[in-house]
Amino acid sequence: MAGAGGGGCPAGGNDLQWCFSQVKGAVDEDVAEADVISTVEFSHSGDLLATGDKGGRVVIFQREQENKSRPHSRGEYNVYSTFQSHEPEFDYLKSLEIEEKINKIRWLPQQSAAHFLLSTNDKTIKLWKISERDKRAEGYNLKDEDGRLRDPFRITALRVPILKPMDLMVEASPRRIFANAHTYHINSISVNSDHETYLSADDLRINLWHLEITDRSFNIVDIKPANMEELTEVITAAEFHPHQCNVLVYSSSKGTIRLCDMRSSALCDRHSKFFEEPEDPSSRSFFSEIISSVSDVKFSHSGRYMMTRDYLSVKVWDLNMESRPVETHQVHEYLRSKLCSLYENDCIFDKFECCWNGSDSAIMTGSYNNFFRMFDRTTWRDVTLEASRENSKPRASLKPRRVCAGGKRKKDEVSVDSLDFSKKILHTAWHPAENIIAVAATNNLYIFQDKAN
Amino acid sequence: MAGVAGPGTGQGAAGGDGDDSLYPIAVLIDELRNEDVQLRLNSIKKLSTIALALGVERTRTELLPFLTDTIYDEDEVLLALAEQLGNFTGLVGGPDFAHCLLPPLESLATVEETVVRDKAVESLRQISQEHTPVALEAHFVPLVKRLASGDWFTSRTSACGLFSVCYPRASHAVKAEIRQHFRSLCSDDTPMVRRAAASKLGEFAKVLELDSVKSEIVPLFTNLASDEQDSVRLLAVEACVSIAQLLSEDDLEALVMPTLRQAAEDKSWRVRYMVADKFSELQKAVGPKITLNDLIPAFQNLLKDCEAEVRAAAAHKVKELCENLPMEGRETIIMNQILPYIKELVSDTNQHVKSALASVIMGLSTILGKGNTIEHLLPLFLAQLKDECPEVRLNIISNLDCVNEVIGIRQLSQSLLPAIVELAEDAKWRVRLAIIEYMPLLAGQLGVEFFDEKLNSLCMAWLVDHVHAIREAATHNLMKLVQKFGKEWAQNTIVPKVLVMANDPNYLHRMTTLFCINALSEACGQEITTKQMLPVVLKMARDQVANVRFNVAKSLQKIGPILDTDALQEEVKPVLQKLGQDEDVDVKYFAQEAISVVAQRLRKLDFPVKDSEEPSAPGADKNHFLRPRGPGEDAGKGPAYQLHVNTRDTLAQLEIAELVHFPQSRDYYPWI
Repeated sequence: MAGAGGGGCPAGGNDLQWCFSQVKGAVDEDVAEADVISTVEFSHSGDLLATGDKGGRVVIFQREQENKSRPHSRGEYNVYSTFQSHEPEFDYLKSLEIEEKINKIRWLPQQSAAHFLLSTNDKTIKLWKISERDKRAEGYNLKDEDGRLRDPFRITALRVPILKPMDLMVEASPRRIFANAHTYHINSISVNSDHETYLSADDLRINLWHLEITDRSFNIVDIKPANMEELTEVITAAEFHPHQCNVLVYSSSKGTIRLCDMRSSALCDRHSKFFEEPEDPSSRSFFSEIISSVSDVKFSHSGRYMMTRDYLSVKVWDLNMESRPVETHQVHEYLRSKLCSLYENDCIFDKFECCWNGSDSAIMTGSYNNFFRMFDRTTWRDVTLEASRENSKPRASLKPRRVCAGGKRKKDEVSVDSLDFSKKILHTAWHPAENIIAVAATNNLYIFQDKAN
Repeated sequence: MAGVAGPGTGQGAAGGDGDDSLYPIAVLIDELRNEDVQLRLNSIKKLSTIALALGVERTRTELLPFLTDTIYDEDEVLLALAEQLGNFTGLVGGPDFAHCLLPPLESLATVEETVVRDKAVESLRQISQEHTPVALEAHFVPLVKRLASGDWFTSRTSACGLFSVCYPRASHAVKAEIRQHFRSLCSDDTPMVRRAAASKLGEFAKVLELDSVKSEIVPLFTNLASDEQDSVRLLAVEACVSIAQLLSEDDLEALVMPTLRQAAEDKSWRVRYMVADKFSELQKAVGPKITLNDLIPAFQNLLKDCEAEVRAAAAHKVKELCENLPMEGRETIIMNQILPYIKELVSDTNQHVKSALASVIMGLSTILGKGNTIEHLLPLFLAQLKDECPEVRLNIISNLDCVNEVIGIRQLSQSLLPAIVELAEDAKWRVRLAIIEYMPLLAGQLGVEFFDEKLNSLCMAWLVDHVHAIREAATHNLMKLVQKFGKEWAQNTIVPKVLVMANDPNYLHRMTTLFCINALSEACGQEITTKQMLPVVLKMARDQVANVRFNVAKSLQKIGPILDTDALQEEVKPVLQKLGQDEDVDVKYFAQEAISVVAQRLRKLDFPVKDSEEPSAPGADKNHFLRPRGPGEDAGKGPAYQLHVNTRDTLAQLEIAELVHFPQSRDYYPWI
């Protein structure tokens, strides 16, 4: 990630004043299932922002150029291209429906005027090219400009078509389809720093693909036990190191992270590092294992750290220390007493994602009630913000929110019991160089930016 | 394409006569933009026709500019275009105008799709040869420089392939510039460009002056070989082969060997794999002395590498390595320095390693001679023949001929036989299938006597295998054996056993009899067919299973050409007529079809030629191409043995992957 320096921007997190920039999506109360956003991802330059939804669609927003007439706006994101990436399918051999929901989108480093991205549903990964066209050929031999056919016998000279400028057209075309390699549901895809391979991970296996070869992939990790009754853990997320082409990590439902070195062997079933925090026996409960399951793992841009999200916390690990995380941030500790009801309504299985800011100095992850959390790693301060339409005037500041865990509720505080667990923020993305964030709240995409400048 | 390249003949410039000869060209030009990819592709493939009709002038001023900007098309169209332009020099006015072809090829050399870029580079290389030295410096070299300093990696990777064609013909000053550009691409930011540079490093080194190779290429090579990306380092191994060929032994030792040694011990198994994979080339390039001092120890390490992929790649090279050793002292080197490692590999834990070794190990026997083979290699062969992995055993058996030449088959037969029998009964049908395919070869090597004694019963057992593919292969195998051992052998050993199966209670086995007869009748000839096979077939026409009965009809049609007229007229025809009245619709259909073929043959034989010795009528068989689709074939109750083979059709996938365009309409997406 070359542009990850983000040098100019401050530490991020709560020292910044975040303000509203844009909201995309319908206002109505009843939400169509297909419109629920299932993934958000900035391109490597941050100029494009892609979202995928449960309806299998991908929408790409492009940042507008600086506008002289409105010097304060730093470029809004507007729709650039919309396309249907995946369609619902039916696997006749296994009698299984395959949902069209986009599980992940990953941009390829830009290598030409066109942009490329990978999108995946549970089974099939597709490579899309998003390109612009601004010329159109004109002039036919066999018909006139208005489309009327000419008499073939009256053709006395040949005309070669000429290209004329036209309105800009953005096209999305599927370049490769990587199918039939996953028995279980794909949860992650990650492009290697060699720019020619990527990995795809499902519950039990990780496959390595070449971006130009669709009929072959290599299985590099396989944790499927010979007897499925002995299954004790599944792969929950996997990612390549941002610079070292041979290093990948994958997290498991047991709360552990394994780091593999692809140099040592063709099969990475044996990890070279194993990150695990010793369990505190005093806090052990029926839910311990469920809430320790890692729902997302992300390398920092520098490649020195990685961050994992479990149900109640987000942890930062130094790659050089396997015994415990260097930082643990509580995301919504007040829910610890509510685990029983969260188990009953299945919320305990929600898979929250997490992300770094451009300079790795702050991290962000989601919570319930349309709240999302930011942690500043240098000042160790954190803030809870809300994605809502209530204060959606341009450049309106976001007010920090507080949840009261019990006892007396102060003014401006929200009681734990009044949190809306159907409004969850699972997917967020941070611009790779600037303080612009994209937060997916059900079917709405909020874009916030810092008030500085 | 080559035939039309007649420059300046005047026929090109189509006049304004209004003749209808322009019409087809007009269609071709219009179809360059047809919505149907296939039509566009057809038009592009006939680009030379269009150019010829337009004449050289209009091709240069109108057609080429248009083509330069049509890089939005599908890959297959662009690929065809890139290929066409490589042969276009004649159509733009000859070598003096070859540079006109550069703009469209330049834009094709920058597209994202690798195959298109590679083809454009190939065409550019072709055209570069047609440039005069002056034109090369005026037009081609600037193009290479533009590509080399392009914004996107695509153009820079394409540039890598063009340096070596313009360097030899450039002037001194330009040469220095070209080298400078190549140097900077070798340290490009993106791994793709470094990979492209690494893969062209050897080629470029070959056209450079020796001094420049030593002073410039070697440092580049050393850098690429220690790149942070595995994928770059492994390509440097390939370059090593070309560079090594250019240097003297002393230079090699000083400049290249340290890097090669390092590559053979690289942390990444992929790099070590590459060294193993390129070992024979490396061996030839560095010469015998360095091979003995450096490569043999490196090879020993690769043979005991911790990664199975590397060991397998090295095992594959064992025979070639031994073959390429200098004759003098070869045997000693192999016996002392290679064989001990091979012995270890025979009991490797990984089956791919063992099977790689098994595919080449037999070749060592010719190199080492009879004495060593019996003493040292035979125990290894026998161990591999008893290997638990069928593929290993199969690889040994399929290379038996090499050993045969050295020590004779009898030596091996005692231990060979149990292994073959075991494979013949393997639980996996693909293994059984593979061994069947080696039967004719083995039969030839072992001789008829040995075959009858030991293997014949196996071949017959396959006929009643429960997998159709095996029964089918077994039938085919019998035919091959008969071709090898002759009619008489067939009559005595095979035919009686085949015919007995006609009374088998299992209808599938009864059908196998028919399939065998179909396959054997031609090899056995008229007499055996008429006297022994025909009666059995005719008797089976009364079978209670319809599948058997319609196969009788098919068999009669098949063996008809071999029978004489009398048998056809008096025995076959009545039976077919009876089957033609069968209650089953499929039987009826195939019987009627056979009747028409047989009747045709009878007519031909009766008139005008009365001689029944006429060879089989070739027209008789072709008839079935004309027949309508048989009702049995889609009625779902056709032959129960039909196999469905499921293949992944990548072409079909490509077809799905057609361009999808969505307008940026507001009502399409609900949240905008």
